[in-house]
Amino acid sequence: MGQAATAKASGATDRSERPAAEPVHITIRGLTKCFQGAPVYDNFDLDVPRGRFVSVFGPNGCGKSTLINLIAGLIPADAGTILFGGKPLRETKIGYVFQNYREALFPWMSAWKNIEYPLKIAKMDAAERARRVDRLVAHLGVKIDLTRYPYELSGGQQQLVSIMRALVVDPEVLFLDEPFSALDYEMTLFMRDQLQRVFNETRTTMVLVSHDLEEAVYLADRVLLLSRRPATIAAFPDVLLPRPRSDETLSDPAYVHLKGHCLEIFQREVRKA
Amino acid sequence: MKRESLLPLVGVAGLIVVWYLAVWARVVDPVLLPPPEAAFAALVKGMAGGKLGYDFWRTVERTAYATAIAAVIAIPIGVALGSNERIYRSVEFVIDFFRSTPASAMFPLFLVIFGVGDLTKILVAAFGAALVILFNVAYGVMNARKTRLLAAKVMGATRFRVLTDVMLLESLPQTFVGLRNGVSLALVIVVVAEMFIGSTDGLGQRVFEAQQLFEMPDMYAAIFAAGALGYGLNLLFLLMEKRFVHWSGK
Repeated sequence: MGQAATAKASGATDRSERPAAEPVHITIRGLTKCFQGAPVYDNFDLDVPRGRFVSVFGPNGCGKSTLINLIAGLIPADAGTILFGGKPLRETKIGYVFQNYREALFPWMSAWKNIEYPLKIAKMDAAERARRVDRLVAHLGVKIDLTRYPYELSGGQQQLVSIMRALVVDPEVLFLDEPFSALDYEMTLFMRDQLQRVFNETRTTMVLVSHDLEEAVYLADRVLLLSRRPATIAAFPDVLLPRPRSDETLSDPAYVHLKGHCLEIFQREVRKA
Repeated sequence: MKRESLLPLVGVAGLIVVWYLAVWARVVDPVLLPPPEAAFAALVKGMAGGKLGYDFWRTVERTAYATAIAAVIAIPIGVALGSNERIYRSVEFVIDFFRSTPASAMFPLFLVIFGVGDLTKILVAAFGAALVILFNVAYGVMNARKTRLLAAKVMGATRFRVLTDVMLLESLPQTFVGLRNGVSLALVIVVVAEMFIGSTDGLGQRVFEAQQLFEMPDMYAAIFAAGALGYGLNLLFLLMEKRFVHWSGK
């Protein structure tokens, strides 16, 4: 670790330093979106690497959430193409975890039925649905009583159910919109590690929007730093820290350095206003 | 805890004491205000096999029919309107206008169309209740949490699935608010109709007749029966809501 850390003491690596070109999963070209005439994205290009964890970070209101909502098709783009391994969205299985788990889960269904629901939409038969949910529960080692209703669970448990509901279909990409921002700090730390475990187990391409730089860097393989509106890529550095990451990672010089570097870019972008 | 649950009885006891005091002090003519026990005796006697019991159930029957007809018509229309905001906006004024029109003002019109039978009373009450239910259902559907609709959409649910799996359930708490207000309004209209539209039975007719004949204990008994009915109907719908909309307010 020490060696690698020193070698990468700069924290961020330049594209040219990358050992080999990563396979691209999501290709975004010419993305344009205006809100009330003001462009949030203007001819925006981005490549999201396959099987990587990308955190999106940037100034308030720069359109972090808008970006993943556009990619996930929750809001329509004004122009541009978004392809998932060459396929359009409708041929791609995606998962989406909302910030507000209270309003995203279905309170009239038990936690188990919530997780099963997307499989029902996919017209899977009951036996197969049960098998899939049970497999996911075992896989993640979840110890929640899933016969309970969402409102009977703690905030962290509800968000974990949300994540499982998004994962049960084996999505190609998992989007997470500030998933832990409504949780207390203790629960946030726990959920971060739960998410990291899920990522290590599944190696699903993940795109996380975060308002917390510590979290964004801690979880990511790459940090997408956005500028103010109209958003452009301010930087897209690699996070070359070994996994699984833990509390020690937070005091690792390479981590601290990279976080500082990102903060610098962030503040430069904020001041540009 | 046990003492707390006895608190509502304080008000009841207070009311009876005030009533006794009023009788004792002769604030009102004794013919107009009999002592509580006389009214209570008339209530028990009337409900246990007397004419009051029959009238009570006639009113229950009419109110139940009116509410059922209103619900069957208003809920599907409310869902249809609520799921398409543009259509709702185009008819909102008409709905709001007739919702604000006292249903009793419609009696003469309904009398001309449907005659002086039971049907008229039931239909006027259903008309009033339907608009209240419709309004609430439509708003319940329109105010469905956007996040839940998006969640279903992002999972690949069709528009129809989103409507049946999410919007309908999201609107249930508001639908129950509509049903509760609707049944209360239906009861009010039915009782008024029983008083004035050539009735031979029902609580409204009972109150009116007792007053005409100066049978004051009977009149108070009928008033209390009507009150108990209104309270009971509200309670019934609250319990149904608790049973079917367990997530409401959570």
